[in-house]
Amino acid sequence: MTTETSTTEYEKYYVPEKSKLAVFATIGLILSIFGASHGLNEMTFGDGEGSWTILWVGLLFFAGTLFSWFRITIRENIAGMNSAQLKKSYVLGMFWFIFSEVMFFFAFFGTLFYVRTLVGPWLSGEGEAGRMNSLLWEGFQYSWPMATTPQEAVGGAGSQLIANNGEFHSYHKSMAFSEASAWYAWLPLWNTIILLSSSVTVHIAHLGLLDGNKKKFNIWLGLTVLLGITFVGLQALEYYEAYGHYGLTLNSGIYGSTFFMLTGFHGFHVMMGMTMLLIQWIRSVKYGHFTADDHFGFEASSWYWHFVDVVWVFLFLFVYIL
Amino acid sequence: MFLRAKRLGALALGPVLMLVGLLCAGTAAAASKVNEVNMSPGATSVGQSIFDLHMTIFWICVIIGVLVFGVMFYSIYYHRKSRGVTPATFHESTKVEIAWTVVPFFILVAMAVPATSTLLEIYDFEDAEMDVLITGYQWKWKYEYLNETGDNVQFFSNLRTPQGEIYNTEEKGEHYLLEVDEPLVIPVDTKVRFLVTANDVIHAWWVPELAVKKDAIPGFINETWTHATEEGVYRGQCAELCGKDHGFMPIVVNVVSKEEYATWIGEKQAEAAEIKKLMAQSFTLDELMERGKGVYDRSCAACHGAGGEGGLGKPIAGSPIATGDLSGHLEVGINGVPGTAMQAFGGQLNDVDMAAVITYQRNAFGNNMGDMVQPIDVFNHKKG
Amino acid sequence: MGDHHHGPAKGLSRWLFTTNHKDIGTMYLWFSFAMFILGGSFAMIIRAELFQPGMQLVDPLFFNQMTTLHGLVMVFGAIMPSFVGLANWMIPMMIGAPDMALPRMNNWSFWILPPAFLLLASTLFMEGGAPQAGWTFYAPLSTTYAPPSVTIFIFCIHVLGISSIMGSINIIATVMNLRAPGMTYMKMPLFVWTWLITAFLLVAVMPVLAGAVTMMLMDVHFGTSFFSAAGGGDPVLFQHVFWFFGHPEVYIIILPAFGVVSQIIPAFSRKPLFGYDSMVYATASIAFLSFIVWAHHMYTVGMPIAGELFFMYATMLIAVPTGVKVFNWISTMWRGALTFETPMLFSLGFLVLFTIGGFTGLMLSIAPADFQYHDSYFVVAHFHYVMVAGAVFSMTAAVYYWLPKWCGRMYNETMGKTHFWISFIGFNLTFFPQHFVGLAGMPRRIPDYALQFTDFNMMSSIGAFIYGSSQILFLYNVIATIVAGKPTSDEKVWDGAEGLEWTVPTPAPYHTFETPPKIDPVHAHS
Ligand code: HEA
Ligand code: HEA
Ligand code: HEC
Ligand code: CUA
Ligand SMILES: [Cu+2]
Repeated sequence: MTTETSTTEYEKYYVPEKSKLAVFATIGLILSIFGASHGLNEMTFGDGEGSWTILWVGLLFFAGTLFSWFRITIRENIAGMNSAQLKKSYVLGMFWFIFSEVMFFFAFFGTLFYVRTLVGPWLSGEGEAGRMNSLLWEGFQYSWPMATTPQEAVGGAGSQLIANNGEFHSYHKSMAFSEASAWYAWLPLWNTIILLSSSVTVHIAHLGLLDGNKKKFNIWLGLTVLLGITFVGLQALEYYEAYGHYGLTLNSGIYGSTFFMLTGFHGFHVMMGMTMLLIQWIRSVKYGHFTADDHFGFEASSWYWHFVDVVWVFLFLFVYIL
Repeated sequence: MFLRAKRLGALALGPVLMLVGLLCAGTAAAASKVNEVNMSPGATSVGQSIFDLHMTIFWICVIIGVLVFGVMFYSIYYHRKSRGVTPATFHESTKVEIAWTVVPFFILVAMAVPATSTLLEIYDFEDAEMDVLITGYQWKWKYEYLNETGDNVQFFSNLRTPQGEIYNTEEKGEHYLLEVDEPLVIPVDTKVRFLVTANDVIHAWWVPELAVKKDAIPGFINETWTHATEEGVYRGQCAELCGKDHGFMPIVVNVVSKEEYATWIGEKQAEAAEIKKLMAQSFTLDELMERGKGVYDRSCAACHGAGGEGGLGKPIAGSPIATGDLSGHLEVGINGVPGTAMQAFGGQLNDVDMAAVITYQRNAFGNNMGDMVQPIDVFNHKKG
Repeated sequence: MGDHHHGPAKGLSRWLFTTNHKDIGTMYLWFSFAMFILGGSFAMIIRAELFQPGMQLVDPLFFNQMTTLHGLVMVFGAIMPSFVGLANWMIPMMIGAPDMALPRMNNWSFWILPPAFLLLASTLFMEGGAPQAGWTFYAPLSTTYAPPSVTIFIFCIHVLGISSIMGSINIIATVMNLRAPGMTYMKMPLFVWTWLITAFLLVAVMPVLAGAVTMMLMDVHFGTSFFSAAGGGDPVLFQHVFWFFGHPEVYIIILPAFGVVSQIIPAFSRKPLFGYDSMVYATASIAFLSFIVWAHHMYTVGMPIAGELFFMYATMLIAVPTGVKVFNWISTMWRGALTFETPMLFSLGFLVLFTIGGFTGLMLSIAPADFQYHDSYFVVAHFHYVMVAGAVFSMTAAVYYWLPKWCGRMYNETMGKTHFWISFIGFNLTFFPQHFVGLAGMPRRIPDYALQFTDFNMMSSIGAFIYGSSQILFLYNVIATIVAGKPTSDEKVWDGAEGLEWTVPTPAPYHTFETPPKIDPVHAHS
């Protein structure tokens, strides 16, 4: 016979009997993508009717379902139904979820790497695979951030040798440090400081919790959320400047494309992480949740936060500095 | 039980027959073109190298296959429960496991050697005696003979098979779907470099017997080359899905003697000079209509229908553009409608053909506008 | 709360709200079969149009939509969900777990699939038609030149990705956390191993696919230039991102199939699986290698020669671990006591035909030769050998093998064998001649072809109808078994079968292993 303890643990593995959550979440998700796709098609192709409403309804429905999903899970935990083994399933789940997010960003970083080190030079007629390309893009000089798009180099969409599939204008000021007016006016630097310190604050909060010091926990976690909000605010400011003053937009060729794709998805993830932390903060402050040895909700959110932070470090390096 | 054994025999028979089929495929390579079962070595030395490589790997696979399946069928036959055997219990053997990891590895190395040298041969783009720029369009090819003097000869090459053959109202011809109005002509015994690109989506230029396949990527130029050692007509097709008529953009290459090639290119240059002259000329409505019909059938009918009834493109019959303001019609014809399949034909048709086809569209299909466009109008419109 | 001894609920709510791994597995299996029929019907339209030269049934644009949807529905709708269904049913029973680790999420992973496919299929009726750029949807044909349905398609891919990722996380958590005491990793049945590794692959590459379609979305609607040279991007970039997902994807399809065959062959050889350890390492090596070979689908795009050589060598290497598997299966049979019930027949069909498909794969991996093979019917023949005779045959074998355990009734053996032989003949008649036309120069994805390819295409179409019809027999046999098959309560069903799933009663009760079983330490693995 194997050890007694582990057997009793298995007996407690909680398998919920029935749940409406999945079906509701499905309705929310499918409504959202239905609304989003028809809305976008209306925007771009001019067909499809009033679909943005469907998107919002779907998203609201989805958010509501997720809310009750987590509420139920938390209540089950409080009711003592979650064995240590079940908690380990949650840990594994969160870990691999974050891993999948890493791979999502990997696709975009890979893209950045590919266009910067290979495609750019090829388009300007360099390298084994690009040596004939100057026939198509005569006069195109490559640099990063790209000063002109190949299209502009040959004199606009009307003069390029391939079919016109959009107009790509370059920016007049990039996000690189060299183009900032002064180091203290360079937002990315501040953002980096803010995000890095928020990783520290969330760790201090965790230490507080492990000590059983709930007050310390609440304060430092709250601070983390505030830092997150500041980050998003500055990021919004940066976008405003990019569009309003730098002429840097989604249409600014591949530099604009990769810049907004990476920072945009990162910003979106910051908002998600922030919301997660905020919820944990409310749970702790308002409902007194979490103890020194039972605080998975917080732990998972903080892992996520660290992940978002690490992504930023890479972003700072590859998008802004190098 | 006997019945079962017979079925097992059938199980064995299937693959064996198939292998035999393939074997014959290998040996009958030079047989007739219809129902050809193997790759052709074609008319180039690269093609021959590829073919040899293909056959080598094929035979290695066949041998491995015969061994592996041989053991399997032996086991299926002799180790059946119905023969009353008691199963053995062994379930590992480090020695054989290492052997069948290492041996295949060395077989692979043996394959990689000729593969690498053939690849290096294919990638040797130097010393070409002439360059042809090939541009893929939805759904035709443009060939441009790059000439040092800048006097390039260029033309489009369209599918020549009539719609009637495709839609089964006419008897299909011998080269059904593999025939074009103007083939690419290159000299024999000459290393010809192809610069391959595309205008809209990705296409791929493939002529099996010249052992050339290269993707045509819009915005990038790929290099490839051929060195045909035999005169003849070689046919191929676009090999990358490029939209509706992907199956209808054939390639025909005439490999001719060097003398013939010189004559041909001379004629082409004369023709180009002729067009230049025509551009300065005026035409009568009838002349334009006649020429225009030809251009329309070749370049527009695929989308707008032979009778102007529309299809992928909007109908021309009664079209507000074709029955409206002349300059609006010219604008669509020359610069296309961005974001739709209606391309800018300004770069594809010369001014004479453009003038003719616009005139044709305005007067055919019951549009009867009675007006006409001269080459000079097209020229002026392009100038802006 | 703790009372777990309910049977299933009644009516529709049982299926909608269920958290039971067996119910969810069943739903996955039926759903995937429905998709198999849908994707198969598209294939029948393709084959009917290709029966003879000339355009007969459909117009070229619709043909492209059929090709595209056939590929998408078969890969994402039929094969992948079918193996997820099998995983749901079998993994908890094989490792002695009470259920999947995250049961509610499990239900969600399933339920987002049917509406997503419904949405995808509905694009057939949209203006401009369904997606038509192939299942590989290369930009810019799939972006700048695509009909509006591309937007829906993109979001559907996102949903499929979410489903696969959640499903995989569930499997990983179950295998890593819910094994019965004593069920060490190296004692797990091989099916569990192959699925664990497949799940890792899925979590790693589905997000990359999501990244690819997201970039498409941006190019289509927001004016970015990821895939346009005019803005400094590159259409080929799309191919790199896609195949970084796409190549591991084909092993996602085949690894669970390897797992199934590794369960069935020992059972009908009455002899333990040969080389268990090397099977595990081979699976892991295949998975690892699958990440560094993607550009073998792109030999003709104009890569620099160094890239070309790297990807060629790496791809060829995959033959080594795959060979190890093939040799192990054959050694398992060697000096066993073989019988040839339907599951075994399909497994042997798999073994032979998959190996042939593997050989053609190896031929394709030789870059210079691929310059001639690429985008021809030779490729189509290759991947149907590995995917239909590989994945589908193995899945069919799995259904025959475990069906008696699932429903406590025995299928009709004669019908099963007939199904096999018709399938085997029909399959080869369909796809073997495609090698010939491919080598002779017939490109893929064309609705009409030159006259010299006529005879082989006719054979191919006839074969396709035969193979397709044999699936009716399969469907009938399965339903007849469930409704009126000969009841059996033999726990083992097959005298040679080994493993925990054969220790529970037949039919398998609604809940199994609510308390973990004791694992016999001597008995290594099935
Ligand atoms: C289940 C899916 C599956 C599997 C398992 C495989 C397995 C393999 N595939 Fe295949 N492949 C596809 C699905 C699959 N493929 C699909 C869907 C496409 C087309 C996609 C598209 O364009 O739409 C494709 C296309 C494809 C291409 C691109 C062709 C082209 O477009 O030009 C290549 C090129 O290298 C390739 C190679 C291989 C190789 C080397 C293997 C190897 O894993 C095979 C290894 C197995 C063996 C070799 C046999 C057994 C081994 C032995 C008995 C040992 C001894 C053998 C030797 C030493 C030779 N495949
Ligand atoms: C695992 C995946 C999978 C499976 C199972 C199949 C199954 C089949 N495929 Fe496959 N196929 C692909 C994956 C798959 N395919 C992919 C990825 C492509 C590439 C797409 C692209 O180019 O983008 C492709 C492309 C492809 C082509 C090339 C199209 C082209 O290039 O234009 C062809 C042509 O013959 C074809 C045929 C078939 C046939 C006849 C079957 C048969 O096995 C199907 C049999 C099943 C049924 C028929 C349904 C069940 C039966 C019934 C409903 C009963 C009724 C039947 C009758 C009345 C006959 N497929
Ligand atoms: C690849 C397909 C294709 C080809 C070939 C093509 N067209 Fe078009 N054409 C279109 C499409 C699509 C439209 C509709 C554009 C839109 O949505 O406004 C169009 C629209 C037009 C119109 C405007 C009709 C209207 O009423 O709005 C004219 C005029 C026209 N094309 C002329 C031509 C000429 C002249 C040629 C040949 C030299 C040609 N087209 C070849 C696809 C094509
Ligand atoms: Cu051009 Cu296919
Ligand atoms: Cu691959």
